[in-house]
Amino acid sequence: MSDFIAQHPVLAVSVIKVVVLMFLMMTALAYLTWFERKVVARIQSRWGPYRVGPHGLLQPLADGIKFLFKEDPTPGGADKLIYFLAPFLAMALALSAIAVIPFGPKHIEILGHATGLQIADLNIGLLFLFAITSLGVYGVALAGWASNSKYPLLGGLRSSAQMISYELSMTMSVVGVVLMAGTFNLREIITQQEGYWLGFIPRWNLLAPPLPQLIGFFVYFVSAIAETNRVPFDLPEAETELVAGFHTEYASFKFAMFFMAEYANMITVSCLATLLFFGGWLSPFSTTGMFAWTLYIPTAVFAACAVLLFVDGLRYSTTFGRIVLPVLALAVAGLAAVCAMPGVVEFVQGPFWFLSKVFLFLFFYVWLRGTLPRFRYDQLMAFGWKLLLPLALANVVLTSLMVLVSRR
Amino acid sequence: MTDSYLNQYVPLLVHMIVAAGLSAILILLSTFVGNRRPTRAKMQAYECGMRPTGDAREPFSVKFYLVAMLFILFDVEAIFFYPWAYVFRDLQVFGFVEMMVYIGILLVGYLYLWKKGALDWNR
Repeated sequence: MSDFIAQHPVLAVSVIKVVVLMFLMMTALAYLTWFERKVVARIQSRWGPYRVGPHGLLQPLADGIKFLFKEDPTPGGADKLIYFLAPFLAMALALSAIAVIPFGPKHIEILGHATGLQIADLNIGLLFLFAITSLGVYGVALAGWASNSKYPLLGGLRSSAQMISYELSMTMSVVGVVLMAGTFNLREIITQQEGYWLGFIPRWNLLAPPLPQLIGFFVYFVSAIAETNRVPFDLPEAETELVAGFHTEYASFKFAMFFMAEYANMITVSCLATLLFFGGWLSPFSTTGMFAWTLYIPTAVFAACAVLLFVDGLRYSTTFGRIVLPVLALAVAGLAAVCAMPGVVEFVQGPFWFLSKVFLFLFFYVWLRGTLPRFRYDQLMAFGWKLLLPLALANVVLTSLMVLVSRR
Repeated sequence: MTDSYLNQYVPLLVHMIVAAGLSAILILLSTFVGNRRPTRAKMQAYECGMRPTGDAREPFSVKFYLVAMLFILFDVEAIFFYPWAYVFRDLQVFGFVEMMVYIGILLVGYLYLWKKGALDWNR
């Protein structure tokens, strides 16, 4: 075994990294459902889950176990192979896309090999990401067709038409960023956005010359919401018309897998938005001179969370909560202390800012779900083809013009 | 050279295998764990509790086909933007003029589709 590791260091290191990332990803997916239910509940003046564990924290676990032990009938007329293939494709592709996302600039040592906070550093990272995310439509289309039932068929058709329509504007909206960066490597795209105007305004692609990518970002983000089938573009799952759309005939864990794929896609497109337009792991503050204190923002945030959690935990209504929540608070406080240690401080900056920005995007997703009603289907198609597509094209033309002028 | 170049893709391959393996395990678990008592009603397609009327594999609206066709047209065109954007800094004015001609042709087609009503869903 140790011989094998010595002979194939790349393989051994990447296996470890992949397993860790998958574990984190699954946990994030599970708690994203909890987070969404909690936030939407608060928007609608409800409590959300709070029976299973303190503040409903064990709810994702309970849901998972319940899904697993449910009966899993296959509808009689279904095309068996494709019926099983659809959730598999949806989830495997959604989980694969995260492989090229860089989470931080620094390197870590595993088994004596320095390796980046990223599974694969490809020079065509952006293209790979688009290739994988656009394959996601297969899961939906095949699920709708294979079920051999009318609601899934309609939902699958609608969904495929919607996803391919918005994929177009999504692909074009990013061309502006590629024009400015001149590379498809995601790490290089981020490092191109380093630096500050006037010492404190970050030069992220959203704000940077030659042309701030405001239009590009708008088109990208709207298309991304439509791509992931989220409100207000959740036509495929419009429960008032289509029961549950393409996954009506799915039960048990296969049903859950479509949801996990949807949440994984949400995370991926949020990561991409962060690193294309919002400077990825770059801190919004300069870390030199009078802004040196911003290095300790992670510590401060974790410490504040720990204090709040501790106070809340002591007053919690169940004994279990009064034990678990303060213990969690202590763990978070420990994290805060570690983040303040010299040497760790610099390392933490990248992942902290990256994940904070991704978290903000995810919050925005949930906020939209709690706020907006659904589009009508003809409005949805008109919006994609008649507004977003010309906007994306205009962005390409303007950006190339500005890049040309600024280089002369 | 080739060896180190391919090494970039080894982690990606590992990642995709793990992702596929995880999904496959979940599907198998879902199939084999949990009780199963199939009845005739359960195996029917869901139609709001009514008895299903006929097969779902019937012709559907041609509009979806039209959307798919337009997508292929425009996506192939969008793909050409990428290599162009990559080398834009070297091409300078030449690249810009070339692309404006290309976008011009693309726009003519787009406006034609718009006029013809291909982009209107309720036509």
